[in-house]
Amino acid sequence: MYFVNFFSLLILYYLRSNIIKFNPTSPLKKWINVGFVVASTLWIAGGSFEFSEAYIIATIIKILSVALIAYLGYLVYKIPEFERTKTLLNAVAPIIILGVIEDLIEIINPRFYKEWEKVFEVALLFAFIWAVVMYFITRKQRKALEIERLKAIEREREMEIIESVKASLELEVADRTNELIRQKTELEKTLEELKAAQSQLIHAEKMASLGELTAGIAHEIQNPLNFVNNFSEVSIELLEEIRELRVKKRETKIDTKDENEELQDEILEDISKNLEKITHHGKRADSIVKGMLEHSRSNSGEKIPTDINLLADEYLRLSFHGIRAKDKSFSADFSTDFDQSIPLVNVAFSDIGRVFLNIFNNAFYACNDKRKVSESYIPKVQVSTKNLGSIIEIIISDNGNGIPDQIKDKIFQPFFTTKPTGLGKGLGLSLSYDIIKVHGGEIAVKSEPNHGTQFIITLPLD
Amino acid sequence: MKILIVDDERDVEMLFRQKFRKEVRANEIELAFAFSGNEALEILGSDHPPQFVYVFSDINMPGMTGLELLDKIKIKFPEINVSMISAYGDTENYDKAIKSGAKEFFTKPIDFDILKAEIKRLSNQ
Ligand SMILES: [Mg+2]
Repeated sequence: MYFVNFFSLLILYYLRSNIIKFNPTSPLKKWINVGFVVASTLWIAGGSFEFSEAYIIATIIKILSVALIAYLGYLVYKIPEFERTKTLLNAVAPIIILGVIEDLIEIINPRFYKEWEKVFEVALLFAFIWAVVMYFITRKQRKALEIERLKAIEREREMEIIESVKASLELEVADRTNELIRQKTELEKTLEELKAAQSQLIHAEKMASLGELTAGIAHEIQNPLNFVNNFSEVSIELLEEIRELRVKKRETKIDTKDENEELQDEILEDISKNLEKITHHGKRADSIVKGMLEHSRSNSGEKIPTDINLLADEYLRLSFHGIRAKDKSFSADFSTDFDQSIPLVNVAFSDIGRVFLNIFNNAFYACNDKRKVSESYIPKVQVSTKNLGSIIEIIISDNGNGIPDQIKDKIFQPFFTTKPTGLGKGLGLSLSYDIIKVHGGEIAVKSEPNHGTQFIITLPLD
Repeated sequence: MKILIVDDERDVEMLFRQKFRKEVRANEIELAFAFSGNEALEILGSDHPPQFVYVFSDINMPGMTGLELLDKIKIKFPEINVSMISAYGDTENYDKAIKSGAKEFFTKPIDFDILKAEIKRLSNQ
């Protein structure tokens, strides 16, 4: 009956190898080792006591051996970790059970055993064949399982690789997305800038072509207009001569005026007045034409180093006194805030002076308009300069009525004026724009309706 | 004193004749008109003995310009005074005219008071 120890060892061996393979840290390993020791001891002890007289000891060893294999079988079915060994147990269980039963029968009833020995042997043979068949089936299944297991591991590894590749790809995609977003915002910014530059260019182009056009028209109108003025003037002179001649004639004749002559005098007087009107309006047209021609001349001035502060101050006073001379009721506060660090700037000073004059005049007029409607209002015009390193900034501000938004874009166009007909030619600011452009500078306007207007001129320091 | 006025605008003649009516009547001056540079040169060339003392010429004319005429007169008749009349603000031509020997440079519209004063000064010499 000691042969069961062989199966005990076999089962223990499988348990151990499975544990090593799948769960090397399991605490059960220790107990398997204990099982090995117990099974080997029982087997060796059984062998040495087989032929001895110690019948009782031999019986105890036999019982212990059967108990061990039974306990192992129980464990294999009970503990989930030993599940893999179940098939082996199933394969060898018939041999073990048959063997134990045969041995028991041989001990209890040797005669019966002798009679049925052949049957027992055949039964054992079948049990053995069962074990072998089971062994091969199990082995085959195990191999298939093993291949499956390896495949699963392989798949898992592949999955892991895919996961990590995916993760790194996702990072890359996020990076690229961020880069694209950054580029997009940059492009949008550039686009905005380009749009602004384009509208500036269109504006400048419009100004340039309008300037050329006005200069061309002015040139063509000039000659006929001169004739109008000259002929009306000479006609006035001729009428004056007639009047003198008629007076002389009357003095020599010493006769009184007749009705006809009085009527003629009246008509001549009317013609003379008409001619004066023609001259007056002709002169008006002439000054417009001259203003237009200033455009084609706005880049003719020679540039010399100029003290911009001094120039601004000079023209501020000139503008104030000029308006004062025309309108005695006019008054306004004006102040200056000059940055004394501004170096001499290369400009055509009479052109820049004209720009200052235009803007100061506009500022004072704006104040004056507001003064007429609001009594508590104190008109104020201020000019300040600032040295910004590569450029200088000149700010001329007033606290007048401001410029409505809808006309802010138009104020630099030729012939645009808000003054009543006859007062402004609408060329002052367009000319100023041209002059500042020719100097490589910028002119801009900021205005808050009812609060005032700011003209900001920048000029490059070269 | 004979004065030649050169301008492609024919109405100039009417204007000058009316403006200088008194002076012409008083025989202080004699006016002649040419409407192109070539015509001006013809008139000056057919004048024997030379009596013209002053030429007023427009600059902007089709064909020969006033400045070309100025150069030619200065070569052929150096003793004749030539003044130029041109559009307002024509600074470029001003410099050229003065360099070529123009006596004066008048801008349009002509200020006849100044013109008369200029003629008077010359006739007094
Ligand atoms: Mg002409």
